[in-house]
Amino acid sequence: MTQERISAEIADLHEAYLKEGVERHHAARDFAPYRSSALRHPHQPLVVVDDPEAAELTGPVFGVTDVTALDADLTRQHQGQPLGERITVTGRVLDRAGRPVRGQLVEVWQANASGRYLHQRDDHPAPLDPNFTGVGRCLTDDEGRYAFTTVRPGAYPWRNHRNAWRPAHIHFSLFGTAFAQRLITQMYFPGDPLFPYDPIFNSVLDERARQRMIAAYDHDLSVPEWSLGYRWDIVLDGPSATWMES
Amino acid sequence: MIKPTPSQTVGPFYGYALPFAGGGDLAHGGIVLHGRVYDGAGEPVPDALLEFWQSDPDGGLRGAPGSLRRDPVTGAIIGRHGLDFTGFGRVATDADGRWMLRTLMPGLPYISVCVFARGLGHHLYTRAYLRDEPGDRLLAALEPGRRATLMAAEEREGVYVFDVRLQGEQETVFLDFG
Ligand SMILES: [Fe+2]
Repeated sequence: MTQERISAEIADLHEAYLKEGVERHHAARDFAPYRSSALRHPHQPLVVVDDPEAAELTGPVFGVTDVTALDADLTRQHQGQPLGERITVTGRVLDRAGRPVRGQLVEVWQANASGRYLHQRDDHPAPLDPNFTGVGRCLTDDEGRYAFTTVRPGAYPWRNHRNAWRPAHIHFSLFGTAFAQRLITQMYFPGDPLFPYDPIFNSVLDERARQRMIAAYDHDLSVPEWSLGYRWDIVLDGPSATWMES
Repeated sequence: MIKPTPSQTVGPFYGYALPFAGGGDLAHGGIVLHGRVYDGAGEPVPDALLEFWQSDPDGGLRGAPGSLRRDPVTGAIIGRHGLDFTGFGRVATDADGRWMLRTLMPGLPYISVCVFARGLGHHLYTRAYLRDEPGDRLLAALEPGRRATLMAAEEREGVYVFDVRLQGEQETVFLDFG
């Protein structure tokens, strides 16, 4: 399977999306260019649950016992400093009404600066870094703010098709006040030349929605002689009941 | 209304980040819920991650912190202390697509399930019903064949089995909360 063929399939699906004219925010579950989606998406439509008592309108809670102070700094989890470009990533977690999601768990994981995950199934022949695990957690503050210090992850190859490379990204996992607001996504870096080639990034059919996965470089967040700063706000989707409440 | 951040697949490499020690042990001495995740070819899915959210035995939905309680010395996750019921569980499937949860019988008739997997761009919600409750709005709206996919079967006392079929024949009913 060539990149040319994958790119042509992506272009066709993006064009079909525009023709349909219905705005969709999330990754399409049935997206043939991302080949492992083929057998892993339902054929039946989702069943709408319209029940004000549904358990999914509430959700799990986390607290100070669930994180440690070191969790949010991925560069301080080992004896030495990891290799790579030190960055901070910060932003706010909001619901669709723009209200901060307070005291909730944010989890991240990522490849090291060479594009290698500390995972036995990652056999990309790039070096592991003994000073980098690539896992972080924090709780949002009263304004919904989260912050991580880490290194910029490298791009890495995968076997979706010949010469397939993932743009650099950090995986994010988020909780809202309702289980139905749960989100797992990926944060990308501005200006990545790999965007047009990647079936996972492009499984989000809407161009403006894809832009919402890309962090902004923010010079005011850069720390002199220490780290470069990126800002990325995250908006949790969810049942209208959760954002209609006052 | 602000537009939401799009979902992306959990990918294959969440294993050292998301599952945690005791993630499926909400409580002992209650019930066991277990099953497998299958793809559209009927093959077990070895890289799915399931999350669970449920009411306590009285039907309460407050939950409690402490699912990922940490050792203050090493930072390691040491699990729930067992007094509070957190209501939250997280389990990765094993090489055979299997997962297991030890928990308390919820006051509501179901346990909410959220399915993430490599190859799945946007997670899916379903429910494992532990009993058929007349008047349950979701069950009442489904035709019998589809409704059966949400019913956990009691294999023996206190042990329930609930399989998730992502696609195809007997495909699980997945839910949209609007
Ligand atoms: Fe990744």
